[in-house]
Amino acid sequence: MAIRSGSAPRTPAAPGRRTRRPGAWLGWLFVAPAALMYTVFVLRPLLFTVQYSFYDWNGIGASTWVGLENYTRLFTDAEQFAPILHAFELILFFSGIPVVLGLFVAATIRGIATSRLALVARTVLFLPQVIPLVAAGIMWTWLLSSTGLANELLSAVGLEGLTRAWLGDFGTALPAVGVIGAWVLVGLCTLLLLAGMSKIDPALYESARLDGAGPIREFFAITLPSLRQEIGVCVTVTVIAALASFDIVYIATQGGPGNSTMVPGLEIFYLAFSEREVGRASALAVVLVALVLVCVLPIQRFTRDGNR
Amino acid sequence: MIVNRRETLTGRVLLILLMVITVVPFISLFVTALHPSGTYPDGLSWPDSPQWGNFADAFRSAHMGELLLSSALIVAGVVPVSLLLGTMAGFAFGHLRMPGHRIGFLIFVLGLTLPFEGIITPLYYQIRDMGLLNTRWAIILPLIGLFMPFSVLWMRAHFVTMPEDISEAARIDGATTWQLFRSVHVPLARPALSSLAILLFLWTWNQFLLAIVLVDDPAKRTMAGALGAFQGQWGTDIPLLCAGSLLILAPTLTVFLIFQRRFVAALLQGSVKG
Repeated sequence: MAIRSGSAPRTPAAPGRRTRRPGAWLGWLFVAPAALMYTVFVLRPLLFTVQYSFYDWNGIGASTWVGLENYTRLFTDAEQFAPILHAFELILFFSGIPVVLGLFVAATIRGIATSRLALVARTVLFLPQVIPLVAAGIMWTWLLSSTGLANELLSAVGLEGLTRAWLGDFGTALPAVGVIGAWVLVGLCTLLLLAGMSKIDPALYESARLDGAGPIREFFAITLPSLRQEIGVCVTVTVIAALASFDIVYIATQGGPGNSTMVPGLEIFYLAFSEREVGRASALAVVLVALVLVCVLPIQRFTRDGNR
Repeated sequence: MIVNRRETLTGRVLLILLMVITVVPFISLFVTALHPSGTYPDGLSWPDSPQWGNFADAFRSAHMGELLLSSALIVAGVVPVSLLLGTMAGFAFGHLRMPGHRIGFLIFVLGLTLPFEGIITPLYYQIRDMGLLNTRWAIILPLIGLFMPFSVLWMRAHFVTMPEDISEAARIDGATTWQLFRSVHVPLARPALSSLAILLFLWTWNQFLLAIVLVDDPAKRTMAGALGAFQGQWGTDIPLLCAGSLLILAPTLTVFLIFQRRFVAALLQGSVKG
């Protein structure tokens, strides 16, 4: 739903008074081609995902109805459930860091928003958004490798003890993947929040300063409440990116070491196309879709209410 | 606005720090690509003799010309059709508002947050049964469908702001609905269309999952999909892998730098609407 649609200058549609033209239904002809593509390539597969999730099928032979077994297995087998927990851990990195850092940076650079530096930053901070996630994965795999820049910097400041193959270590692989995601998303959040801040009435800040508020009070009393919508957008976009992560993990770790970075998207891919467990892959896919909805809908509601 | 000097300074320092963190991976990639192939160079060291030939080697052995053509063909298949279908539906939902338009629109909006992984398995079997596996159509057709919720939402948001009077005037002049759409509303929608085109181009070019699942031959994939195969092939030759990665991200980077104002605006608006 267009979050801004509430503020758009809408033509008052007076459904009662408008006399219905004879060709009122004609609009559906305009929708038909889009609806056809959407139905064939999105809705139909979505229904089949649900259907497959109740079957045991290897993709080739006959399929057997197993009821909810794929689901119960998903929720009772710790190893099967791990990818979902990993996805939630990734939210901390994909969503938490970009939003908090974005808020902080955007707030402190608000004062120089029109300078040349801010203009250059607009371009530079956006670079990670433009390149394929796969390329981001390759870059960072190299940076975080045992001979990479991250370890070199640690050694340079005398922390040789901390150096390791960040993506190959059971303890650090998942956070390392999270850092890659944070790197991709921080620029987007910063700029979204900056754009939101530029719409705040400067008079609010003037009066806050006259009342003796420091930058911190100002931030919590004026900036943060005014950015409710933008924060909602940042959280929505980044939470979806975390839950549905695939590209970065596929390139950086393939889910390893062990299963320590296995995420739902990657697990679906392996189950369906390597292990030929179409039913289990589909059950996980249904759960993933549901998870995205469960996480995103409340955020949307929260920001919409702030709109009134 | 009252801003004191110390705040301004911290702002600048922070901003520069963030820019450095953003750029360092690119620089590391570039510097590494110039080292002799087969070596494991140190982080950011400039090579003694830069191997510019690595780029040519990577270009040749990755069949980069073919990959560019393939990606261009896929973009040419996805973007214009998505724009046309999305605009038509957005026009109907936002402007014609035929009976039942709310429910119809809601069904499209439902697909907005759908992760591609959610439907990839049945999509594979469907594409196989259609006999399209390993062709570019296997990427083009599903992407058009998958982009529909966003395209429709985006164009509807534009058409909803168009005053009714424009259409009334055209109707009095005897325009049919199609003429009204074609000659009056599409030209007025140009800014919304170009932003949408930018987003769709980017998402298509960078599409990875559909490419690796539905097309085995890297030469028929998108750029991002080809990069995956590329990593498998050269995962151990770091300088060549880096050179290849740079070549593959160069096209989007170039397009971005040329149209950056539009890009940033489109991407920001895009995330707001999504």
